[in-house]
Amino acid sequence: MDIFIQQIINGLVLGSIYALVALGYTMVYGIMGLINFAHGEVVMIGAMVALSVVKALAASGLPVFAVILIALAAAALVCMAIGFSVERIAYRPLRRAHKLAPLITAIGISIILQHTAMLVWGRNYHAFPPILPASAHEIFGATITSLQVAIVLIAGLMMAGLMVLINHTRFGRAMRATSENPQIAQLMGVDINKIISATFVIGSALAAVAGLMVSANYSIAHYYMGFMLGLKAFTAAVLGGIGNIAGAVLGGILLGLIEALGAGYIGDLTGGFLGSHYQDIFAFFVLIGVLIFRPSGLIGERVSERA
Amino acid sequence: MLEVTGLRVAYGGIQAVRGINFHVNQGEMVALIGANGAGKTSTLKALARLLNAAGGSVRYCGKEILNLPPHQLVSAGIALVPEGRGVFPRMSIVENLQMGAYSRRDNDGIEADKEHVFSLFPRLKERAFQLAGTLSGGEQQMLAIGRALMSRPKLLLLDEPSMGLAPLMVQKIFEVICAVAKEGMTVLLIEQNAKLALEVSQRGYVMESGEITLTGESGALLEDPKVRAAYLGE
Repeated sequence: MDIFIQQIINGLVLGSIYALVALGYTMVYGIMGLINFAHGEVVMIGAMVALSVVKALAASGLPVFAVILIALAAAALVCMAIGFSVERIAYRPLRRAHKLAPLITAIGISIILQHTAMLVWGRNYHAFPPILPASAHEIFGATITSLQVAIVLIAGLMMAGLMVLINHTRFGRAMRATSENPQIAQLMGVDINKIISATFVIGSALAAVAGLMVSANYSIAHYYMGFMLGLKAFTAAVLGGIGNIAGAVLGGILLGLIEALGAGYIGDLTGGFLGSHYQDIFAFFVLIGVLIFRPSGLIGERVSERA
Repeated sequence: MLEVTGLRVAYGGIQAVRGINFHVNQGEMVALIGANGAGKTSTLKALARLLNAAGGSVRYCGKEILNLPPHQLVSAGIALVPEGRGVFPRMSIVENLQMGAYSRRDNDGIEADKEHVFSLFPRLKERAFQLAGTLSGGEQQMLAIGRALMSRPKLLLLDEPSMGLAPLMVQKIFEVICAVAKEGMTVLLIEQNAKLALEVSQRGYVMESGEITLTGESGALLEDPKVRAAYLGE
């Protein structure tokens, strides 16, 4: 029983992070039909910047809270600048091109970002300095650390904030209008270039937060970490229904739970043949399953669209 | 108010609009009629900057607008009700109307105009929080017109407002269009339904294969034997 509860907790933490990253995929897809495969690398850069700042300030005597806040701000700024520039330089010139062109460009950008990070931070794993208080709490025989509680809470708050922004503000309406019909949105006076830029910037800020969370939670960061994380978050977005904001949150949490529970029980289920290091296969089973049985995702189109 | 000279629109090598001239005076309702494929919608899309014109000039209140980015037209006072309505299906009626007022910041005025649109189309008020995609074609047309009015335009461009609607609905829509025009709105109306368009407008232009072939007072055009033969089925 305690394994079950423990894995549910781990799944929620992991799922919150996936959800934050999945939002970046789904927002960009919703607004321009592009799968921004470079998004995982933005998370990685967020993690690397945050970790470097924490390392630099670890011995400064500043309170932990301030160090984390500064690290987060630095990561968010760098990621937002990258998100903005990538859209401007790589995707905007291709807006009228065949859909395959921006997709391949996205893969190219992803490689560029990854290797730039390798040049800056090297090939080694970087350990997250142990500045966070390692307080653990017991619930139902399982443990949850303060960090994990913070991750779930902050992710939840950010997602709620994003929902309010998209569903209840003038800017959010313009975003949804652009995603439904950019030409008509322009007729209403929406400068769709600005909306698209803003979408990339917001997605990148969420990615920066996720990056900090990942590196703090696993105490490690690496120039290659964005690849797998990006693929999984993409899977989460597809699972929920790509282009759908609530779907990305649902898909992220579900995928986190599936992975955690899968990793917890795969040993027992296969008689020890496969161990928990096979955790990664679940995301891809889910991806293949969704693509075969429900390509529109769990929360697909809600309304019939009449002309 | 609107002065179009030598406007040309081309799709690749094919000229859809071949250098047309027309104008719309302040407070006037002008009809641009013609068969399917005559180039009416291309003309309107070029005016609304949804298409790049291949040549010519469009002056609105004395200023050239062919070089304006499309999103600046609405704050200049031009609103288009596009062919096929173009409502946002996954947004509610109220949100669609709010999008119409996107270029404005005067919240009280926006609220008042929303009530005005609801008084023109009580059907929309009953369904204010329903998603636009669930509305009938006629209701969507009402919404598209209401949304255009929300920007407080000086010039209203209507593209085939009668298309695909039941006769009763067409009548309702045109009653509102006439009411809006009476309040002093300048209207450029594009229609395949020539009889209807010429009955409600003051002047008309007849478009054929990308060119304007006839023009005059709407009443006179209605009596013109060529128009009667080609568009009124006589």
